[in-house]
Amino acid sequence: MKKLINDPQNVVPEALEGMAKAHPDLVKVHFEPNFVYRADAPRQGKVAIISGGGSGHEPMHVGFVGYGMLDAACPGAVFTSPTPDQMYEAAKMVHGGAGIMLIVKNYAGDVMNFDMAADLLRGEGLQVESVLIADDVAVESSLYSQGRRGTGTTVLAEKILGAAAEQGYDLQRLAALGRRVAENGRCMGMALTSCTVPHVGKPTFELGEQEMEIGIGIHGEPGRYREPLARADEIVERLMEPILSDLPFQSGDRVICMVNSMGGTPLIELYIVYRKVAQICEERGIQIVRNLIGPYITSLEMAGTSITLLRADDEMLSLWDHPVKTPALRWGM
Amino acid sequence: MPLTQEAVRAWLQRCAAVLEENRDYLTQLDAAIGDADHGVNMDRGFKAAMTKLASLDTQDIGTVFKTVGMALVSTVGGAGGPLYGTFFLQLGVKTTNKQELTPQDWAEALEAAVNGVIARGQARLGDKTMVDALLPALEAYKAALQEGVPFSEALARSAAAAEEGMKATIPMVAKKGRASYLGERSAGHQDPGATSSYLILRAAAESWAGAT
Repeated sequence: MKKLINDPQNVVPEALEGMAKAHPDLVKVHFEPNFVYRADAPRQGKVAIISGGGSGHEPMHVGFVGYGMLDAACPGAVFTSPTPDQMYEAAKMVHGGAGIMLIVKNYAGDVMNFDMAADLLRGEGLQVESVLIADDVAVESSLYSQGRRGTGTTVLAEKILGAAAEQGYDLQRLAALGRRVAENGRCMGMALTSCTVPHVGKPTFELGEQEMEIGIGIHGEPGRYREPLARADEIVERLMEPILSDLPFQSGDRVICMVNSMGGTPLIELYIVYRKVAQICEERGIQIVRNLIGPYITSLEMAGTSITLLRADDEMLSLWDHPVKTPALRWGM
Repeated sequence: MPLTQEAVRAWLQRCAAVLEENRDYLTQLDAAIGDADHGVNMDRGFKAAMTKLASLDTQDIGTVFKTVGMALVSTVGGAGGPLYGTFFLQLGVKTTNKQELTPQDWAEALEAAVNGVIARGQARLGDKTMVDALLPALEAYKAALQEGVPFSEALARSAAAAEEGMKATIPMVAKKGRASYLGERSAGHQDPGATSSYLILRAAAESWAGAT
């Protein structure tokens, strides 16, 4: 294992210490339990938006704390869900009397830990709603599993819901908007290489020099199939087909498109991916009205990409354009 | 005599000792069908709970259980944290302001705890989870009380039912948790969560062997 770290056990706290030093104007960091929260929290009268998940997907979620996005983010150990005390303490720190909105990705551990935090907060008389993101079309529905994983749509939901909270949406209206975003987003990813969890020390899975995994999860979980490496255009077609046919996206739809790096894939390759995504959408009469290209929901140093499409209405687009100022996403201010 | 607060603490300490002894065993079971951390996680969680209990000065059994529950929730992680945390928090809810427990008190507390785990994890009997040990144990305990057997005997039957339920998970195909992604390949392995649940209930029967 070759990593820029000091000690595998200290990866998360040391990264959080670095964040606190880098962005004191935007965020503060609380340790034990660990959470990152807005420097100007609590904002009275605004619904507090809290997310979280395993570390190793940076900038998600800690990089999205700030004006127009999250009030707090709770990072677990690498690829391990955070614990309820983190969300509980974060919520008590940032809530402004208008309720708490939790954004949760659909993994068994995340769902249970966030549910438990919600129970604890309700027990103290706070209003809590949550939105569950389960957008990964690579997981075909099964009676015998947890269901679809939460992936790229999470980033878009955090931006849109964060803007809505900033504009004064109440908790119920935010929850309804959150469900609409979750229902209209679809994502699928692929990997060229594995990643190595620092405290494990060896690659999560083996992938040959001439192989790729289509449908990879953000923790290196297996995808739909493994096959010989193909050209970028063919890979994009293999990701786009399941995404487009699932919702399904139709001619005339307007979409927000995210082409994401899994961590190890450079921007120059992401633009090659986006070029083909845009071609396919044009051919189908689907209009990409906003896009986001870069590393936003990563899997440590894994090389690969994921494509997310969100069918957006006027309200979502207006919220997308609302100013945002976080360590990892900033525009309009 | 009914269970005192000291007896409850003795059970929890026994749980911590048994989980430490079985740390590698539970982790090996988990390596076969999960992510190889159940024994390590439970041992870490119960050690943290014991540290909290050592400095907790209370006569209220409910507070003792809630302290353990919160410690597990914040230290075990993954799915085991919320599930075992819920188990002990629910025991605590039902025993709030009690300084001793009658056999009927334990029936109500155990029922709330098992139902809490079911509600949290959404698992049913036969899904190859903790529920496969916990639910038969609860049913056996309630049936024993109905028959009018002594407290200690009811606890022993409850632990025996948990053991049977644990062994019954071996041929099952997992339908919840990480093991469910293995599908048919999860058959032939004993569920680590059902195993830790059995160990905890067996510890109760052993710690409270003198209860009447």
